[in-house]
Amino acid sequence: MAAAPAVARPRISLRHRLAERGIDRTLLLLLPAVVFVVALFIYPFVYGLQLSFQPQAGSDAANKYGTGPFATYRLFFADPYLRNTIWTTLKIGLPAALFNVLASVPIAYRMRGRFRGKRAVTTILVVPITLGTVLTAEGLLAFMGPTGWLNRILLDVGIVDHPVRLTHNYWGVVFSLTITGFPFAFLLTLSYLTGIDPTLERAASTLGAGWWQRFRHITLPLLAPGLAITFCLSFVLAFSVFPSAIMVGEPARQTRVISIAAFHAAFEQYDYSMASAIAMIMGAVELVVIGLVLAWRARLYKGATGGKG
Amino acid sequence: MSRPSTKISELRLDHVTREFGGVRALDGLDLTITGGEFVALLGPSGCGKSTALNCLAGLLPLTGGTITLDGRRIDTLQPEQRGFGMVFQNYALFPHMSVRSNIGFGLRMAKVPKADARRRVDEAIRLVQLEEHADKFPGQLSGGQQQRVAIARAIVLEPPLVLMDEPLSNLDAKLRLEMRTEIKRIHQTLGLTTIYVTHDQEEALSLADRLVLLRQGRVQQIGSPEEVYTEPANRFVAGFMGYRNEIELPVSQVNEKTVVLDGLGGGLTGVRRDDLGERVVAAIRPEDFTVGDGPNATEITVEVVEYQGREQAIQGRTGDGVDLHLRADARLAPGDRVTVSVPPERVLVFAAESPAAPEEVA
Repeated sequence: MAAAPAVARPRISLRHRLAERGIDRTLLLLLPAVVFVVALFIYPFVYGLQLSFQPQAGSDAANKYGTGPFATYRLFFADPYLRNTIWTTLKIGLPAALFNVLASVPIAYRMRGRFRGKRAVTTILVVPITLGTVLTAEGLLAFMGPTGWLNRILLDVGIVDHPVRLTHNYWGVVFSLTITGFPFAFLLTLSYLTGIDPTLERAASTLGAGWWQRFRHITLPLLAPGLAITFCLSFVLAFSVFPSAIMVGEPARQTRVISIAAFHAAFEQYDYSMASAIAMIMGAVELVVIGLVLAWRARLYKGATGGKG
Repeated sequence: MSRPSTKISELRLDHVTREFGGVRALDGLDLTITGGEFVALLGPSGCGKSTALNCLAGLLPLTGGTITLDGRRIDTLQPEQRGFGMVFQNYALFPHMSVRSNIGFGLRMAKVPKADARRRVDEAIRLVQLEEHADKFPGQLSGGQQQRVAIARAIVLEPPLVLMDEPLSNLDAKLRLEMRTEIKRIHQTLGLTTIYVTHDQEEALSLADRLVLLRQGRVQQIGSPEEVYTEPANRFVAGFMGYRNEIELPVSQVNEKTVVLDGLGGGLTGVRRDDLGERVVAAIRPEDFTVGDGPNATEITVEVVEYQGREQAIQGRTGDGVDLHLRADARLAPGDRVTVSVPPERVLVFAAESPAAPEEVA
């Protein structure tokens, strides 16, 4: 062969051409997940949002504030019976979430590393997560109710004269949220904690730091961002409390949480517009709390924490 | 910046033992260290050297024996009460603190007044040459710089004892040499008593005043670098100290100081180093062979040649199938047949089964 024909510029494969534009075709595998989220979250959310701006004719909101877009919201904030559900729910949700996170820290702290019976202890701590709210509520009623074992023992021993009221009020709901929420917070905290290199604490101890100083100056700062996330998730779980507020709470007064108000509007008054508005307010309150926590978290160190635990 | 008050005169380890579930990781370590000394614990992985260091730091409780510092028993103290500086293999820098806060952490725990602490941190930063990086975070530093921070953090308190756990093993070859010199320089400047754990014999030889060779939790030899290098106590130490050729041969004649072994051409004459048993091993360094006729001459066929700059590392095989490792200036190629020789005083003959724990040699 004399002169080879001019070599055609080799065809660059589609994958490489896409890669040059920063497109990875395997990302298409995310499509089903995106469709799922759009269909089951974004669409219902947007639908609910627009519904909340269309007060139903003949509803309380429309009767009092007309059919303007904000009538339902005006009714909610004008009526203390509705408005106060925010505080009622916060009063239950914030302490419960805070307790779950704070209680999980020392327990997870002791539980990291290897020791005999670790699996058994973890199982016992985590089992309540599988029980479900209804079963937990049943158990609470049987155990802590006015004729439950706890009160009988307290009466028989003579510590109290009258049964202590621990169910069908504020405390019943808080107990219930603790029992179901703690394992969740514990598992999250444990995984954050085992992500912190244990050599760091050993290094601190050779530098003269006692256990509290090691925890205070090394472990806690590295754990705090994780605790913030754990708190946010625990809080969202607690804030949407519904079954236990009815079963072991006092749903008419003390534990009339915001989800009960929404339920009441939707399924007793058939006012979907009002119910949607309450759901939106509920979401907004959660966002505010999470926003505050995340703003605090943004000020913390969030880099690597040294890997394996 | 030396403060003589923190200097020690003697650290004694008496029969220090540590078991893990019935396995003796460290079996009766006896060692006396004088103030200002640089001692290297050397051995292959699993020999108990890191266990020994952790026992000294207080991170592992002993299962037997005592540790005394200037007559004061310390093995029952918590690590934070011992006040030893420790450099960890993975540096263990606090990732959420700046270089300055990392180095100053110990001073902060000791509640040293702020101005004094700041001055001492600055001195330490200068000592490890990290002035420009003082306000960075560990994540922004290279491996070598992180190791400097770790060293500065360990020495800023001028502890009576500095413990280093394979501090250079995560660095690349060039940086390792650089940091080795650095560690030696810092030891010469401050004169802090240092115990250094490593599996790298070159590192141990170049840094330490005294070497402790460990194997399976037992001391094999304690001595100066020169003693350990030229007069290894047993087959194991020899193997670890670069006697790469370990040839098991039958004994033909035992004299008072020398031994003649069968094989390797016309027989191999060497120096007797042990009470010999039935089976013996001749240990020879690759660099002690010379190409050409001489004592203990034998012919080999060159099999593998590695270029190493001025020299070549050669692996060859004798007529009776013994592999030899040697170094040669001559340019050889695989398949060449050459005669090599080695002076009898460079052939050390050991019992093939070394006693597990010989007497202290030093």
